[in-house]
Amino acid sequence: MPEVLKAPLVVEFPFTRSLGPVQSAFLTGLRERVVLGVRTTDGRTLVPPVEYDPVTADELRDLVEVAPTGTVTTWAWNHEPRRAQPLTTPFAWVLVRLDGADTALLHALDAPGPEAVRTGMRVRVRWAAERTGAITDIACFEPYDGPPVEPGGHTGEFADPLTGIVAPARLDYTYSPGRAQSAYLAALGERRTVGERCPACRKVYVPPRGACPTCGVATSEQVEAGPRGTVTTFCIVNIKAKNLDIEVPYVYAHIALDGADLALHARIGGIPYDQVRMGLRVEPVWTPGVRHPDHYRPTGEPDAAYDTYKELL
Amino acid sequence: MTRQIAVVAFAQSDHRRSTEESSEVELLMPVLHEVLGRTGLRTADIGFICSGSSDYLAGRAFSFTLALDGVGAWPPVSESHVEMDGAWALYEAWTKLLTGDADTALVYSYGKCSPGSVRDVLTRQLDPYYVAPLWPDAVALAALQAQALIDAGDTDEAALAAVGARSRADAAANPHAQRTGPLPHDDHVVRPLRTGDCPPVGDGAAAVILAAGDRARELCERPAWIRGVDHRIEAHSLGVRDLTDSPSARLAAEKAGAFERPVDTAELHAPFSSQEIVLRKALRLGDDVRVNPSGGALAANPVMAAGLIRVGEAAARIHRGESDRALAHATSGPCLQQNLVAVLEGDPR
Ligand SMILES: [Zn+2]
Repeated sequence: MPEVLKAPLVVEFPFTRSLGPVQSAFLTGLRERVVLGVRTTDGRTLVPPVEYDPVTADELRDLVEVAPTGTVTTWAWNHEPRRAQPLTTPFAWVLVRLDGADTALLHALDAPGPEAVRTGMRVRVRWAAERTGAITDIACFEPYDGPPVEPGGHTGEFADPLTGIVAPARLDYTYSPGRAQSAYLAALGERRTVGERCPACRKVYVPPRGACPTCGVATSEQVEAGPRGTVTTFCIVNIKAKNLDIEVPYVYAHIALDGADLALHARIGGIPYDQVRMGLRVEPVWTPGVRHPDHYRPTGEPDAAYDTYKELL
Repeated sequence: MTRQIAVVAFAQSDHRRSTEESSEVELLMPVLHEVLGRTGLRTADIGFICSGSSDYLAGRAFSFTLALDGVGAWPPVSESHVEMDGAWALYEAWTKLLTGDADTALVYSYGKCSPGSVRDVLTRQLDPYYVAPLWPDAVALAALQAQALIDAGDTDEAALAAVGARSRADAAANPHAQRTGPLPHDDHVVRPLRTGDCPPVGDGAAAVILAAGDRARELCERPAWIRGVDHRIEAHSLGVRDLTDSPSARLAAEKAGAFERPVDTAELHAPFSSQEIVLRKALRLGDDVRVNPSGGALAANPVMAAGLIRVGEAAARIHRGESDRALAHATSGPCLQQNLVAVLEGDPR
């Protein structure tokens, strides 16, 4: 059994989110160093504000400014900050009830150590030097022993309110394809294509995934397939994907390799896109240093008869 | 008259820190074969199939469709998936059986946590406007809840340590558990939670078979009848909640019928020791109730399967005659945000 393969996999996405009237006012407020809450119909003030009352489901629009000072309601000491957290030095996670609010906001507290933090301690907002209208415009909280700061009475009306935010996300993985696909990828490194035969129905799956989807049993017997195959169906791609240097239109096809009972998919090259057809016989084209075929091209053989691949459509 | 539905079989994998040699379907398939083998059923005999998993664990889209290869979905089967713990897949299957559309159901779930960092992955389920940009990880949020409990006088660090120690001592009798026996308890992960208060990160899978009425009696000597299931959720924002209580777990338990008669066993999905303190209080579990004899999530916590395992473990105790009335609980989200409770009973002996 070949070594199980592993590779880093980074999933990154800039989530673009629109803001309703309440979230817009709150995040625009942070940009302007104003903390806004929303008043409920029974007179509570929720910070951070929401558009609907979590208890009554009433629609909430009555924005009210609260103080940048408040009280820690619970905390947790984070001695090893993780990537993208608010501070790079050890800090406390805190829920802070700002003066004038009835609920608590989650953020970080910059303190010298856990001995300096307790529930009930007084804190104030430390604003980020550059603010864009995001929760991170509050850089963190810091201990504060002065008098309460009176809120300014802001109504939540801003000249140029934010209408959306972009929230980037990144997660790091180590991808491991498992036993069956590792064997497939290892063989591709030698420019061979191997599948696995189902012990029950005898079908050969390429690429193998370790199980027969028909029988629900493990597959293990390796079988070499191809290199030639037959186009069973195809589509013409007319939209260029980002970072892809293939000219459109091009053809993406299902290809049944000789000896395989499942079609794999790949790009077809070496033939004008409008001449690709079902039954076309093709073979892989390898590029030096690349682990998989770059594309498949016509072999020049006569087309395969429909009956030879109709079960694979 | 409502149909009576029972859990008639349960199987789970050995839970391990990493199963990098296996793909998801390779991890899952032995568990599916085992649970089917217990009943003698084949896939083609199953009326409904429902699974639970999350793409965020592996970082791949539609990963559940490949796992379905392990079921044998030809000829076509009736199948559904929840992007949640398998306990919620069980809820869907239970309602499907209640409608009379099917007499048997296969429910499975799996979590391969090893490819990514679960602490970071779980931040992506948080409020994307106010919370997720701060990347507060799952341990940090649980630690806030633990401190709130300590401040309220509901527990202290020694009592939390005892929960972890008892769980892992019980897990010594569970051959599937990932972490058993004594564990050094000195390091804080996020204070006040120490290593022993936090679940191990691991990979695993689980499956159960449900059956209705007489079919259940044919398939299992002592079926674990589901008397009720309910699930409830609390407000999204942590700052509006009382973190020392779990009104959603209590309400789910009430609606599932948990308070109608005492239970003798409770399998609680409490990934952190502090959460067991919250749940014991919310679910009104006295000292006479056997809590997490399997070791619970502190001994093995394959995310997305750990809740279904609680239902399976509770049912298995009824199958073996070790329990007559058991409560099974599953949770999801930060600080016990979502809670599902099932009440299981064996026939009178
Ligand atoms: Zn087969």
